[in-house]
Order: sequence, then structure tokens, then C-alpha cells
Amino acid sequence: MPPRSSRPRGEGRSLQHRVGRGYGRWAPPQPDAARLSAEDRRSRGGRGGGVAPGSGVRAGPRAAVAAAATTTVRAGFHREPRSTLAAALGAPTAVAAPAMGEEDYYLELCERPVQFEKANPVNCVFFDEANKQVFAVRSGGATGVVVKGPDDRNPISFRMDDKGEVKCIKFSLENKILAVQRTSKTVDFCNFIPDNSQLEYTQECKTKNANILGFCWTSSTEIVFITDQGIEFYQVLPEKRSLKLLKSHNLNVNWYMYCPESAVILLSTTVLENVLQPFHFRAGTMSKLPKFEIELPAAPKSTKPSLSERDIAMATVYGQLYVLFLRHHSRTSNSTGAEVVLYHLPREGACKKMHILKLNRTGKFALNVVDNLVVVHHQDTETSVIFDIKLRGEFDGSVTFHHPVLPARSIQPYQIPIAGPAAVTSQSPVPCKLYSSSWIVFQPDIIISASQGYLWNLQVKLEPIVNLLPDKGRLMDFLLQRKECKMVILSVCSQMLSESDRASLPVIATVFDKLNHEYKKYLDAEQSYAMAVEAGQSRSSPLLKRPVRTQAVLDQSDVYTHVLSAFVEKKEMPHKFVIAVLMEYIRSLNQFQIAVQHYLHELVIKTLVQHNLFYMLHQFLQYHVLSDSKPLACLLLSLESFYPPAHQLSLDMLKRLSTANDEIVEVLLSKHQVLAALRFIRGIGGHDNISARKFLDAAKQTEDNMLFYTIFRFFEQRNQRLRGSPNFTPGEHCEEHVAFFKQIFGDQALMRPTTF
Amino acid sequence: MAVAAAGAGSGPWATQEKQFPPALLSFFIYNPRFGPREGEEENKILFYHPNEVEKNEKIRNVGLCEAIVQFTRTFSPSKPAKSLHTQKNRQFFNEPEEHFWMVMVVRNPIIEKQSKDGKPVIEYQEEELLDKVYSSVLQQCYSMYKYLQTLHLQSCDLLDIFGGISFFPLDKMTYLKIQSFINRVEESLNIVKYTAFLYNDQLIWSGLEQDDMRILYKYLTTSLFPRHMEPELAGRDSPIRAEMPGNLQHYGRFLTGPLNLNDPDAKCRFPKIFVNTDDAYEELHLIVYKAMSAAVCFMIDASIQPTLDFCRRLDSVVGPQLTVLASDICEQFNINKRMSGSEKEPQFKFIYFNHMNLAEKSTVHMRKTPSVSLTSVHPDLMKILGDINSDFTRVDEDEEIIVKAMSDYWVVGKKSDRRELYVILNQKNANLIEVNEEVKKLCATQFNNIFFLD
Repeated sequence: MPPRSSRPRGEGRSLQHRVGRGYGRWAPPQPDAARLSAEDRRSRGGRGGGVAPGSGVRAGPRAAVAAAATTTVRAGFHREPRSTLAAALGAPTAVAAPAMGEEDYYLELCERPVQFEKANPVNCVFFDEANKQVFAVRSGGATGVVVKGPDDRNPISFRMDDKGEVKCIKFSLENKILAVQRTSKTVDFCNFIPDNSQLEYTQECKTKNANILGFCWTSSTEIVFITDQGIEFYQVLPEKRSLKLLKSHNLNVNWYMYCPESAVILLSTTVLENVLQPFHFRAGTMSKLPKFEIELPAAPKSTKPSLSERDIAMATVYGQLYVLFLRHHSRTSNSTGAEVVLYHLPREGACKKMHILKLNRTGKFALNVVDNLVVVHHQDTETSVIFDIKLRGEFDGSVTFHHPVLPARSIQPYQIPIAGPAAVTSQSPVPCKLYSSSWIVFQPDIIISASQGYLWNLQVKLEPIVNLLPDKGRLMDFLLQRKECKMVILSVCSQMLSESDRASLPVIATVFDKLNHEYKKYLDAEQSYAMAVEAGQSRSSPLLKRPVRTQAVLDQSDVYTHVLSAFVEKKEMPHKFVIAVLMEYIRSLNQFQIAVQHYLHELVIKTLVQHNLFYMLHQFLQYHVLSDSKPLACLLLSLESFYPPAHQLSLDMLKRLSTANDEIVEVLLSKHQVLAALRFIRGIGGHDNISARKFLDAAKQTEDNMLFYTIFRFFEQRNQRLRGSPNFTPGEHCEEHVAFFKQIFGDQALMRPTTF
Repeated sequence: MAVAAAGAGSGPWATQEKQFPPALLSFFIYNPRFGPREGEEENKILFYHPNEVEKNEKIRNVGLCEAIVQFTRTFSPSKPAKSLHTQKNRQFFNEPEEHFWMVMVVRNPIIEKQSKDGKPVIEYQEEELLDKVYSSVLQQCYSMYKYLQTLHLQSCDLLDIFGGISFFPLDKMTYLKIQSFINRVEESLNIVKYTAFLYNDQLIWSGLEQDDMRILYKYLTTSLFPRHMEPELAGRDSPIRAEMPGNLQHYGRFLTGPLNLNDPDAKCRFPKIFVNTDDAYEELHLIVYKAMSAAVCFMIDASIQPTLDFCRRLDSVVGPQLTVLASDICEQFNINKRMSGSEKEPQFKFIYFNHMNLAEKSTVHMRKTPSVSLTSVHPDLMKILGDINSDFTRVDEDEEIIVKAMSDYWVVGKKSDRRELYVILNQKNANLIEVNEEVKKLCATQFNNIFFLD
């Protein structure tokens, strides 16, 4: 393989386009690549249908040779020479991953891959990163084009005339317009909108003598042509079957890369290819962002360094766009291995080098981004590592260095499913070759095996990670950032409270604090949203959005239901530990100023009561650790027979609530403290509205005649004051008590009406 | 009820008189079964203070007590005499365990007056002693027997009847931090069976049951802490381990146990205490560890002998954490104090006690010193408080007693659902209604978070 710079540029470019775009293939360190590829050519020269990374390429130089020989052969995804070699060559394949249980693999391929007709001489396969669609174009489209996306139940299939070899084919967003590039000067369009003409129309690039490197749809009707001399931004007018140039920009382009999620196109310029010029597209506008330079590692004089497209990827990590640069181990420096450098590309302002992921190994790598984790696949060892830039790394003042979160592991072995009616039970599933050199990866999480006809999404499995990351604090930091984390986190919590895997209290406290930190952030966001809505800002500011509740928000009911309620039931747990854990959770909630729900307090009380720890309970209440509430006061009241002071505690609590005056009266009356009840209700000024009958009943029950007299007299006086007569009205139903009073004290003891 | 107190009119502590507070004359323990036969009486005596008393006198005194108890049993078989009043002294009897008797003889307070001819005249103040106070003291002597406490009879009052615990007021968050600290220490030093936490000699947390804590609290606040106060005041409580390499600087030190952890021969001997006296005795070592104003008691089973290594570990685990916690508490306490406002000295003083959690609060008493607990009011007022308390004890129902004492003083006692509040008001020309209003106000401000009937 000749050094890259001497590669026939024109051909390389045109090949590139075809297949989506491509960072995709295995990226080896350059000098190695050169050597290996030479060998590879020798050993595997005859093999057709290699898989090209990236763009829906046709053949690489090697394949082109093959194609030339058997003119009819047209390979779909062709492996770009440098990367192809790989598979076979070096020892790596022999290095089998150590045997491990399924619980050890933390990366897996999705269960239901998109299946397509494998690339072969008559079937070209293209991948569009924007719509994540795979195009299988048979015989230039004449015998059919089948388009499959990851979410599409029904593939789109159609035919088109074979007007020459297809270099690149993509739908606009929402599958409205199909664009096909067949020459280096033009792109053909075909409307897929009902009621619009389906006749093809063509657009030639505006710049004279320019070659189109490729094109990208930025909306359902806006398209960007990238030529070797600049970019052209068009609006497609489907009903007129024509395009209108919106904007263009001239500069020399080596290669380009498109990130559909953020609608940013990155152009490589200059001889070293390492000055990158980003453009951002939004609703008919194209804005040029500040360009930046990627620092290339020092290289021996003999080889001219240049930035290879395959060493660059663009992806959104934690909502921010990053340019990821795979910097290979340089022999001249004393670095310990290759590294991935993350350049943050902000919406506004200059691009800045932010993170360095230390790989500590050399060889061929490929990158994915899954669930905001950067996954680095290493072909030689057939393992992958993951990095989380939110976990704490070593900060040197400008850049943060990260190490893999977990030990390297292979992707979980995968059996190729046998689909279709042909799937008979006798056929056993075929194990799929992982880390195959025919794999092409796309951002963020796509792995394609064109030779087998599969497109997978890479997934992170969280359960195995629980056992691979012993530091529970770090584990929580990691899990809380993951999308599907809730049940795993809850199981981690249960596990750390289990007899066998019991964590120490400081660790438990750390975990609770981390949970509640997330929980509090969400509560605060909710609150400020609610306040903004109340203030009527929702109309004035369309940016105001209800905060999204992610799975990382674990509230008290989650922890109660899934962790604590089962935990306190465990008989074998020492009660000291149970109480310590409950208190630790309550402490953590308090620390984050989250109001503790009464069911947690009830859990504490229940546990204390079960173990006769009433004095402890008393102390907790004394310091208001268990917040006042009516349910809690009632619970205490019910404990009086086991622990007499509970009565006093309950009354105190009712008093503090200040909304439970009726309850206080009831409690006192039930204790025959009629006078106390009356004094209390008078003290708060409610004595004009109470039922005389209720108090007289209670007084009579005490069999204390003097008390009955006092109470009776009180109500006589009330009647006098309110109605001008001491007599009870029939509505008060006190006849029985009046009779009783007369019987004991005589008629003359009744109060006489007085007039003032 | 109103008591025209002695020396009314003249201010307290009149000039011409010399006053002598009550004092302990003797204290002994005996069991009549140990020497039932004549000539063997000496065997009955288990303890006698002062020990210098001649043997026959000891025997005589014990015999007299036996006789009195035996005699009064005739009238009240289940409740024999509790005390004997004489002109010069008063004897208190207590039978904590069957046939074991504890007797305390207290000399009545004396006033020495100058008679007209210049000769000193001694007057015994027979009525000044309250039975209830001293019989409570005697009962506590039994509880405290294990602690070998010194008696300070000259300063016994209402608080001795209650035997209460003063709790340190604290916000919820700091309290939870202390909880967390205790749980962690108990986890990492797993031989620790119980823990108690105090700040400023006030209780914050007790892992012991209430009755055990009550006794331990008494021991700590009247005996152990006062003994260690002087070195602290002398400024020796500086970070002592700063010079030890690899050790975080902290202020922790042992109040019981080894004085110097660097000394390989340091003795790890701790006082032993007995708890859970209701069902079974549990014998424990008492380790008291203090950093600044925070003191923690760790109790470990007496069968395990704590080693110097253990003490060093405890020191390294607890010392730094406790130092931080102590300064947190101090800071929080100051914030709360500032928030509640620096009210000027109120017109009243009060003593509050809750039988349910033994919480006591007094603005009458100054800080306790090793030998005396100082009160800021005249002893006569204290005596009125004691009398009111005796009245409260007689009935179960809630009640309120208001007493007009000397000159401008009013004394109010209130009892509501196992809580007692005693207020001393000093208001010129106040009438009953005004006093009542004043107390209501006090309840509303000081006790608004509890159910306290007015």
C-alpha cells in the first residue's frame, strides 16, 4: 500500500462518498497500516466483496483490481485497504477472550439487528447516518432498492433505472426526497411525496471543475453538496423539481464528516488535512464556526503526517458535540499507548481540547458512543473499553485524563439468529465473528457487517458492571448517568444492604447522598418550572420546558418500595444496622433539604417498636427527627399501651400541627380528661362551637358528680351568653343530661336566666 | 400555703448571722441478718462513714436505726419509717434490697447568732430540710453506689428530687449527623455495645435505657466532668497529638482510661458500670472520650478487656470526627442562639421537668461546679419549690399552685400531664391575675411546641 498521500485522490474520494460517511473502519496506526496492507494485498488479493468502511463505497483499490478482472463484479461495502488487512494478519485473532460467564460482558449487540441483503458483486450496500437507513441497491437499482431503518417495520422498496453506478444514495429527512449520486458532478433527485411528480431531476455542482465528494440532507428539503473545492447549500423545491442555491463557501476540502444530530459538517482542509472547518446548518441558514487544528503526533521524518479521516469521529456526548480524534501511539514520544482526544465543539466560541482517554494499548481501534459513554473497540485483543467523561479524572489544568471505567471485555458473543420460514429447529444458530475486520462502525452506536448483512446497535448492559466496579460511589456516579439505570441502581441498593454483600455505613451513606443529589436536582427544576408557569412565563418564553424526569431520579417511594421495605423485613439483619441504615437515608434526605415522607418515619417507628427500643424512639421524636404529621401522631397514640409516654408525644405533636385541635379534644375526652379538653378548646377560642352533649357524655362517664356539675354549668353559661338563656335547645340533645343534673343536684341547682 | 419565710424583711444572708448549711454526719449500710446474735453485732455493718467512729458507737447507731424501723413497722407494716426528725439532725432510712439498709444522717442547717451579751447562740433550722429531697438523694446513693460518688448535701434541692437529664437543644440536621457518627463508630468498633453523646454536659443521645442513663448522667455531670474541668480551664486541652506523625490533628482525649497513648505501659483501666438493672445486670466498661465540648461514652462488655491497641484505634477513628462534629455543633448552637435573639434577662426564673423523658431545664441553677451547684435564688424560694413538689406528688391530677413569697416574689407551680413547671417571678406589686398572665406568656414563648395546658 502506498503511503496515503500518494493514493489516487480522485478515486479515493469518489469511493468514499458512496457509503454514508465514514469514520467507520478500524483505524490502525499509520506505519503499521502501510506494512500490513502490503501484506494483505498479497495474501488476500483475490477475495471479493471486502467490506468498505464508511461510505457506501464501492471498491477500494484492491477491490477495484478484482472488479477490473471480473468486470461484472461490483462489491458493495468495500473495505478500505488499510483497514481490511487487519483481520487476518496480526496475531490478534488468536488471542481469544478469556472464558467468562455471561454476567461478565457489559457490551452487547442488539437482539434484533437490521438485516439486509449482504454486499456482493450485484448488490451494493449504502448506509445513511442521518436516517440510519441501509440501502441495498441491486443492479444499480434496476432490480430493486430496499431501504431498511432500525425502527422501520416495513422496508421501503422501489426500483429505479440503472443510469450508472450509484456512488451515494440517501433519503431526505422523513423520506420525502431521494437523492442519488451517480457522477462526480451531479446529484439526481426523485420525489417521494404523494401528488408530486416522480420524474427524476438533476443538480450539477455550481463550482466549475469541482468534484462532488458527497452530499448530506440537513432537513426534509435542504441539502449540502460537499465538493473538493467547497460546499454548496441548496433548497430543494420538489413541486418545481428544481434546486435553489442558498449559500456556498469555497475552500479546499480533503474529506468531510457529517454529524446529523447536531447538523454540523466538518471539512478537512490544508495539506496536512488537520485543520478542520465546521459548518452548522439550521432552517435555511449555514453558519461557519471557528476552524481549529488537530495536533498531530510527532512522526518520523520519512512519513509525512496527515490527519486521516478514519481517525476522526463526531458525536454528541452529554448533550455536547465533540470531535473525537484517535491519536495513535507515537514511537518517538514516550507515551504508553494510543489515546482518544476529545475536542469540544460548542455552538458558539472556539473548539477546545477537553478530555484525553488513555487507551494504554496500541493497534487498531474503532469508536462508538453509547448512552453517553465512549466505547473504544480494540481489534487486536478483540475487546472493548468504555470511558465516561463525567466520572472524575485527572485534571492537569486544561485537559482531563480518563482511564477506562472497567477492565477490557469482549462484546458478548452473538449468535446469528436464523430468521424467516427457513428457520428450522435442526439448524443451530451460527456464532457471529466479533471484531471482524469486515465490521464498519458508525456514530453513535452502529456496527455494520456488510458481508453478513447485519446492522446492529451496540448496547451497554448495566447489570454486569455492578460486580466489575467495586467502588460503590464511582459505580453510582456511573449508573446515575445511564438511561436505563433505575432498576439496576435499586438492585445495587438492595445488594449493599443484603447480609452477604453488606456495605459499610459510610459507603451506604455515599450511595444515598448520590441518589438524593439527583433527586434534589430534579425537585428543584420542577419547582422553578412550576414557579415560572405560575408567574405566567410559559407564554412569553417558549424555551421553558417541563423538566424531564430521567430514570436517575429515584424518589423516596422508589427506595421505600424496592429497597427499604424488604430490607426491614429481614429477620436476620441486626436491628442496629437496620436502624442505622434508615437513619442514614433520612439524614441524607435532610441534608439535601428534601421533605421526608411519613411512610419512612413509620418504617423507623415500626422497627424501633418491634425491638422495644422505645427510648430511642422517644429521643428521635424529642429532636424532631421524625417530622410531625397526623398519621404519625395517631400511630404514637396506638403505642400508648406499650409505652405510656407515647401519649404525651402524640399530644405534643398534634399541638404543633395546629390543625389537629379536634383530635386533641377527642384524645383528652377518651382519657376522661374532660376539664382539660374544655380548657384546651377554650384556650384556642373554639368553645362556642363544640357539642355540649359530647362533653356532658364524657363527664357523666367519669362518675365524678362535681366534674359533671362543672361541665354542665359551663354550658349553661355558654347558652346564656350566646342565646340569653341557660337552657339547652332541643337540637343539642341534652335532655338526658338535664334530667341527670336535676336528679343529682335538684331543680333549684339549674341556672336561672339572668337579664342584664 | 404562703410561707412567711425566715428572715423576711431583712435581705437574705443577714449580716450578723453565720450560717452553716446542712452537712452529712454519717452514712452507713447494714444488714440485720448478718449478725443476729449478741456479740456479733459488728457483722451487720457493711459500711460506715466516717470510719473513725468508735466501734461501739457504730453498733449503737445501727441498733437504734433497727429499733426505730422495727418500732414503726408496728403501725405501718409495709411502709416503715423513712426519716427521723430531731432537733440537731435528721436520719433517712432506705431499704433498697431486702434486709439491706442504707442510713444517712444529716445535720440540720445552723444559724449562729450573736446574743446580746456577745455569746454565740446556735439555732438549728429543723424545718429547712425537705424529706423528699434527701430521701431521693439516698435512693440515688443506692443507684450510684457503683459510681462511688461524693455527696454534696449542702446543695441538694428540687433538681435532686427529679434526677433529671438536661438535654442539649440542637437542630435536626446536626442531630442526624451525630446519629450517623455514632452508628459508624459502633460499626467500625464493633465491641462497643452502647454509646452516649453529650455536649456542654448536656445529653444529646443515649443508647442506654432511660433509667441507666439517668444514673450515668448524674455520675458524669456531678463527678467525672467536674474532675476534668480544671485541667481544661488551665489550657491543657490543646491538640496534644500534633507532634505524632501521620495522625490528623484533633482534640480528642480519654477522660477514663489511658492518659498517654504513646506510653506503651499506659494502663487501659476503665470504670465499670452496671446497666439494665431491671432484668439482668450487665457489666460494662465505661470509656469516656472527649473533644472540645463534646463527650462520648462508649460502653463495652466487661468480659472484653480493652487493649492499648483498641484505645489507639478508637482515638484515631473517633478523634478527628468528633473534633469536626464538636465544632459543627458549636457553630450551629451559636447560629440558633443568634436567631432566637439576645433577649434581655427575663423577669422570671423557672425549673421545668418532664417525668416522661426526664428532661429538666433550669434557669435557676448556674453551671455546676465540682463541689456545689449554685442557685441564683434564695434558699427559701427553693424550699417553697420543694414544698409545691410534695403537694404535686400527693395527687395525680393536673394542678396549679401559686404562692406569694417574700417581698416581691411569686412562686408558681404547674403540673400538666406528667410535666412540672416552677416559675419564680419578681414583680413589684403584681396581683394574682397579672402573675397568671405572666406565666401564660412564659408558656407560650418557652413551651409552645409541647402540649402544656394553661
